[in-house]
Amino acid sequence: MLHFELVTPEKLLRSEEVHMVVVPGTEGDFGVLEGHAPFMSTIRDGAIQVYRTEKGEPESIQIRGGFAEVGPKGLTVLAEHAG
Amino acid sequence: MASLKALKIRINSVKSTQKITKAMKMVAAAKLRRAQDAAQNGRPYAERLEAVMAGMAARVGGVGASPLLAGTGKDDVQLLVVATSERGLAGAFNTNIVRAARRKAEELQAQGKTVKFYIAGKKGRVLKRFFPNAILADHDMSAIKAPKFDDARVIADDLIARFGRGEFDVAHLFYSKFVSALVQDPVSQQLIPVPMPAPTKGETSVEAVAEFEPSEEDILDALLPRNVAVQIFRALLENQAGFYGSQMNAMDNATRNAGDMIRRLSIQYNRTRQAAITTELVEIISGAEAL
Repeated sequence: MLHFELVTPEKLLRSEEVHMVVVPGTEGDFGVLEGHAPFMSTIRDGAIQVYRTEKGEPESIQIRGGFAEVGPKGLTVLAEHAG
Repeated sequence: MASLKALKIRINSVKSTQKITKAMKMVAAAKLRRAQDAAQNGRPYAERLEAVMAGMAARVGGVGASPLLAGTGKDDVQLLVVATSERGLAGAFNTNIVRAARRKAEELQAQGKTVKFYIAGKKGRVLKRFFPNAILADHDMSAIKAPKFDDARVIADDLIARFGRGEFDVAHLFYSKFVSALVQDPVSQQLIPVPMPAPTKGETSVEAVAEFEPSEEDILDALLPRNVAVQIFRALLENQAGFYGSQMNAMDNATRNAGDMIRRLSIQYNRTRQAAITTELVEIISGAEAL
């Protein structure tokens, strides 16, 4: 499972284990699964898709002013606005 | 000696003042808890962003970096951003922030620098009296009840735009750090150019990052203004919590003082009344004896 965190300046919105997250990067969408190589990207305004399970329906969260960091601990999305 | 009636009026007036200060204390205590939660909730974002920035700055280095990071190469015009509360009745809370800013301004002026002020919060306006010609802007925050990130963003964007136009070289931010409900610490920190936090070993994952989208420099450029906004947001939250802490404390003192005063006045009232009764009795008795 991938550890996923969504943080806004006002609060820590999500911190959970998910299957996959699809992020609208500035230079194109990218999906992050467990064990993704370390990576950083700015995010264009739009929705990130959170897949809790492999087959389940994704939950989409609107974000603005975002930045994504994939490290050994998982995916962290810093957004100015979310939800 | 004051008349009985005057004393009674006095006691009643102190009593109603005490009721008000007591109510204000309760309200401040309730709001303090909420403000503290807000400050707490803002921490993860600031910490993550700081960690990322530290790693990025170390990688990119100072070469060709944005002026937000490298500065203008001068430090002639210094801007003091003074964040205070909108309302008073909070002890020395605002006075302390303003005093810290004034001290810094005098120090800088002694070094021959030009000092300008950016006022964020109504209570910083007293600075106009001391430095009438140095006020760059007075940012109105009277509509803000609980600071949101957007409020900080507005200030940050304004500052960055002014920085871009060359209105100042260095910006310092003054606010009050919330240590506890009883202790608030007026502090200053450099805002622009963005001071780089020293990279903490092992914490930053940036070292291991192989890929950036777009380039490292572009990401850093996107993050720098955000960092300014986050610093201001943090200052607003700390101020908010500190303000309520200070107000709660001030109102607690006021309530206690009012209590002491009522006690003193009541004793005086009772003595005066007793004296009046005694005089009356003496008059009646001596009148009866005379018959």
